[in-house]
Amino acid sequence: MKPIHFAGLAATLIVLLIFLPAPNDFKSGSRTVEVNMTQFEFEPGRIEVNQGDEVVFLLTSSDVVHGFYLDGYDVQQRIEPGIPHEIRFVADQSGKFRYRCSVTCGPLHPFMVGELVVEANMPFWRAAGLLFTLPVLFLWYLHQQERGHLHGKEETSFTPKARV
Amino acid sequence: MTARINLLEKAPLLKTVLKSQGLQPALTILMLAGFVLAMLTGWFGTPVGSRNFGIVFVWIVWWGLLIIVLVPFLGRAWCMVCPIPALGEWLQRGSIIQRTSGRLRTRHRRWPRRFKNMWLQNIGFLILASFSTIILTRPNVSAWVLFGLMAAAVGLSLFFDNRVFCRYVCPVGGFIGLYAMMAPVELRVRDCRTCAQHRTKDCVTGNERGYGCPWMVFPGKLRRNTYCGLCMECLKTCPKDNITINLRPFGSDLFVMEEHRLDEAFKAFIMLSCALLYSAVLLGPWGWLKQWANIDTLAHWGVYVAALWGVNLLLVPGVFGVCVAVSRRISRLEVPLRQLFTDYAYACVPLGLAAWIAFSLSFVFVNGSYALPVISDPFGWGWNLFGTATQEWTPVLPGLVSFLQVGVLTIGLLFAVNTVYRITTHHITDRRRTFQAAMPLVLPLAGIALLFLWLYLG
Ligand code: SF4
Ligand SMILES: [Cu+2]
Repeated sequence: MKPIHFAGLAATLIVLLIFLPAPNDFKSGSRTVEVNMTQFEFEPGRIEVNQGDEVVFLLTSSDVVHGFYLDGYDVQQRIEPGIPHEIRFVADQSGKFRYRCSVTCGPLHPFMVGELVVEANMPFWRAAGLLFTLPVLFLWYLHQQERGHLHGKEETSFTPKARV
Repeated sequence: MTARINLLEKAPLLKTVLKSQGLQPALTILMLAGFVLAMLTGWFGTPVGSRNFGIVFVWIVWWGLLIIVLVPFLGRAWCMVCPIPALGEWLQRGSIIQRTSGRLRTRHRRWPRRFKNMWLQNIGFLILASFSTIILTRPNVSAWVLFGLMAAAVGLSLFFDNRVFCRYVCPVGGFIGLYAMMAPVELRVRDCRTCAQHRTKDCVTGNERGYGCPWMVFPGKLRRNTYCGLCMECLKTCPKDNITINLRPFGSDLFVMEEHRLDEAFKAFIMLSCALLYSAVLLGPWGWLKQWANIDTLAHWGVYVAALWGVNLLLVPGVFGVCVAVSRRISRLEVPLRQLFTDYAYACVPLGLAAWIAFSLSFVFVNGSYALPVISDPFGWGWNLFGTATQEWTPVLPGLVSFLQVGVLTIGLLFAVNTVYRITTHHITDRRRTFQAAMPLVLPLAGIALLFLWLYLG
């Protein structure tokens, strides 16, 4: 296999895995989740919904003032203890989106995160496919390369000494 | 030898700048000013980390620059300007800019042979890692750690010549050296025969134009970036104009088989494992894990630390060792297991660096905006020096982060596969067996990459 062939194959694979349209036949419904915040965690820390669901978050805090920021959905809300807030949006993008505390609430505040997973989590499955097929393909390519270079120049920078 | 491009020949101006006496002191003093401010804000500023200059600039700005830009592209360039050993070095030399004559002012003690390796750095890194959640989030503790590093460097420089601290002790220097092997830039000699024939070896002894190598490296035998601090003293002293800086393919040093060592192999495992654990603790959704790392009770923290050290020193190297043994069995290799284990460990270097970059990308984009207010109000005392004190926390392109992470992890993994393959072909000439020998190592590496992917995207 020539380098150009490998590059072509790898590129095709990457394009296929990243841009292939996701099957979009999920039944969309409505999901209501109560999320409580304390220093420095969200309860629950991971929420799974289906793509297309209308999601309602009932946000509360049980110690200090926290904030709720959701990556990718541009949701931001300040949450004071004792005053529940409702946030409503349609989970139209699939993948994992972190929600983070957006109001400084103590030392570990920057690491106060939770995960909203919108299934099917296509970005993850695609990347996982990529991460498993590419290296094997690449190894095979290196192997083929070596065959071509059998009597060619030494390509690496070390001098072979302990060959068996 | 693969192609090298001599940068100093291509850019004479760069050479002039790098050779100038004032460059290193000037940059170092600049960094030292920031370092001192970081300590002062840590001690006297607000205890809220995200509002404190020390925390934000050390653990977001400096760390992000170091691991995403400096180390992968310029190797040990940070060591050139690092303020930590500066005071000690100036004391030894009795001067900051001008070259002074005579011996260094120390007790000239000999560094013990058994510490002439990375083990102290490995252990030091694990100790810091055990407290990392506290260090990262408490300005006060962070400042004491910075102070401690500097005090240790000064202390050692009173007894031992040169940068013993940098070379054998500094927990940061250890992994910078490891990952500097990946950089596409290297300081080398043009022709090592010139060095061999050179009687006086000015780069080692120093002369009126510069000091002998503070890193205790002989440039004439330099084959890897790991222990060269890019201080440019040899560039100044070499009377034969034999020192140069080359552009080269990424990761060239991984294949200098003769210099593979077990202490460095363990550094590679430790860094890879710590990237994984940090990702789980700091970026994961598990509040209890954060509390344990945050020492909510001593018992919890004890379990956490035991797990941390166990994963770093036993689990990851152990699993990797089993894979190496399997590979050795299948391919019927007669190379000693220990040597193979050490050699293959270098495949963890590209993957580990990629993992650290991926980990750091997640908070550089999301939390980078903390830098604006602390510039105006470094102590959190309500100042507004540059009018940016009220800037709100605004995550920058959080949607882009996962794309970048997948890209970086993929590149790191392919690099690791390439490393495995090259190391395999070094030991095996029979091509059919190379594939078989490489497979048992490629699969676990892909598995580790997948674990990172799951933490970030899954
Ligand atoms: S070889 Fe030169 S640049 Fe490298 S550490 Fe020694 S003196 Fe510094
Ligand atoms: Cu909070």
